[in-house]
Amino acid sequence: MRTKPFKSIGFNLLAIVISVVIFIPIYIIIVNSLKTKTDAATMGIGLPTSLHFENFSTVIEKGKLGQSFLNSMLYSVGSTIIGTTLAAMGAFVLSRNRTRLNRFLYLFLIMGIALPTNYVTLTQVMQVTHLINTQLGIIILHAAGQIPFGIFLIYGFVQNIPRELDEAAIVDGCGPWRLFFVVIMPLMMPVLITLSVLSFLGAWSDFIAPLYFLNNSDLWPMTLAVYNFFGQFQSDWSLVSADILLTILPVLVVYLLAQRFILSGLTSGAVKG
Amino acid sequence: MQRSRAIVETKADAKPEAQPGTKSRPDPVARIKSKNKRGHTYPFYFVAGALILYTVFSVIPGLTGLLYSFTDWNSYTTDVHWVGLDNFATIFSGDENYLSFVKNTLVFTALTIILKTVLGLAFAILLTEGVKKLTNLHRVIVYLPAVLPMLVVGLVFKSILNPQTGLVNEFLRGIGLGGLAQKWLVDANIALYSIIGVDTWKGVGYIMVILLAGIQAIPKDYYEAGAIDGANPWQRFWHITMPLLTPVITVTTVLNLLYGLKVFDIVYVLTNGGPGYATDVVFTSVFKEFGQGRYGVATALSTLLFLIMVVSGYFVIRLMTRKDQAE
Repeated sequence: MRTKPFKSIGFNLLAIVISVVIFIPIYIIIVNSLKTKTDAATMGIGLPTSLHFENFSTVIEKGKLGQSFLNSMLYSVGSTIIGTTLAAMGAFVLSRNRTRLNRFLYLFLIMGIALPTNYVTLTQVMQVTHLINTQLGIIILHAAGQIPFGIFLIYGFVQNIPRELDEAAIVDGCGPWRLFFVVIMPLMMPVLITLSVLSFLGAWSDFIAPLYFLNNSDLWPMTLAVYNFFGQFQSDWSLVSADILLTILPVLVVYLLAQRFILSGLTSGAVKG
Repeated sequence: MQRSRAIVETKADAKPEAQPGTKSRPDPVARIKSKNKRGHTYPFYFVAGALILYTVFSVIPGLTGLLYSFTDWNSYTTDVHWVGLDNFATIFSGDENYLSFVKNTLVFTALTIILKTVLGLAFAILLTEGVKKLTNLHRVIVYLPAVLPMLVVGLVFKSILNPQTGLVNEFLRGIGLGGLAQKWLVDANIALYSIIGVDTWKGVGYIMVILLAGIQAIPKDYYEAGAIDGANPWQRFWHITMPLLTPVITVTTVLNLLYGLKVFDIVYVLTNGGPGYATDVVFTSVFKEFGQGRYGVATALSTLLFLIMVVSGYFVIRLMTRKDQAE
């Protein structure tokens, strides 16, 4: 019995050490973004001797971060709205009206969770549809990419919305559109928030689609802009760190605010009862 | 909840009024219950948007890739000839390192599955058994790397693993273990393992979060009963936690498997397949073949993985829909 408190302290210490070690790379970015060029040269863990907030304004100006921030926002928000709405509409109908065809379509759609993207032939599709080198193309591509997991996640959730609501709404004279957007969609909010957050983060972090399909650097999202910036300023880690920090800031904010939804969304597929 | 109750009440109110005047019209409730009229309430065009996007941007590229892998399609001519299994013969002949890319992919997949599962399980148990304070903070931090953009992870770890100035080697020299300092991403014998290490840092939180939820779903009664019967923590782990967690571990393994087979971005940002071809995996080589305009071989490589993934994907779906099937 006497060893128990020590054991508990040991476990807690271990957990703290693990968390600290995992956090170090992010910590390094934060401290080095505030150092001078010479202090940041080795990307050390030491605290800055003086705080250089002007790094951020330098980076925003030199790295054209304003433009790429707007691009990233456009891609992430646009694809999240389109993808989540389409997935919700599809999952609602597939879950409610289980004909033989719809059951097959459900399996066909969620198969996409496992499929790798063939970028070679996807390039052709993008050319044929004239979406290559366009912002709309990136939005649609990200939206399409989130549909399989979205359908899967929402399909399970729809089963918990009582069917009587549909019947009541129909009696009150709702057509399918009003039934879905006015009655059902508000009830789906928990799962829609989870999916939206995951989609937003995924689209924000992605660099492969822009790498293949955008060769005009004015259309690049922040992730690719960072890479470009690193190419030009790789001797100056203080500026690179500041650029990185600005790029991951939206991700960190969204993650910390919505971590409850993210973590519940991740586990819903894998852990059932 | 409030909202739904209000709607149910309107339904009760509306029914008596609706009935007298609507003799000629079929009862709407009966209508959505009858199978052939359901299409009106749940129209097919609601599915069409998702279906079209998915088909055009995932299925069609996948299937045309399948076809092109039997051709000599390249960027130099517009003629495309059917070459049968030649591209696959090129891949398996061993002349051009392709087999080493497949081998690297499999090594990466196997080691990341083992590392993420073992470490993820250890963290999850530490957080449920040993740690009572700050559990959620730990969970948030351990998962945090998963949301960071891969390009950023690449840049930061290239600096951390730098042989001269990198933090890891500085630390090893600092504690007197300078002999263990390595050229992490530059030495051909080590680079792949360094990538696996970074990937574990990024991905272990995801696996831990799932396993943690799985452990928390195990009823406490089992552990209490086990404790009364005199089972020590080790026995409780092997005889209660592990058997009940097996379905969840299966899911995380399949997720890791699918992720590992199609890995591209972490290799691309850390070494881009170098030094030489030492860390090239299937999808980085596809990217390079694509860059050289050898589309036929590139799609054949994709197809090879596509087939492996369809088979594993089938099992994923079986796992994820197992509850629906049981209905």
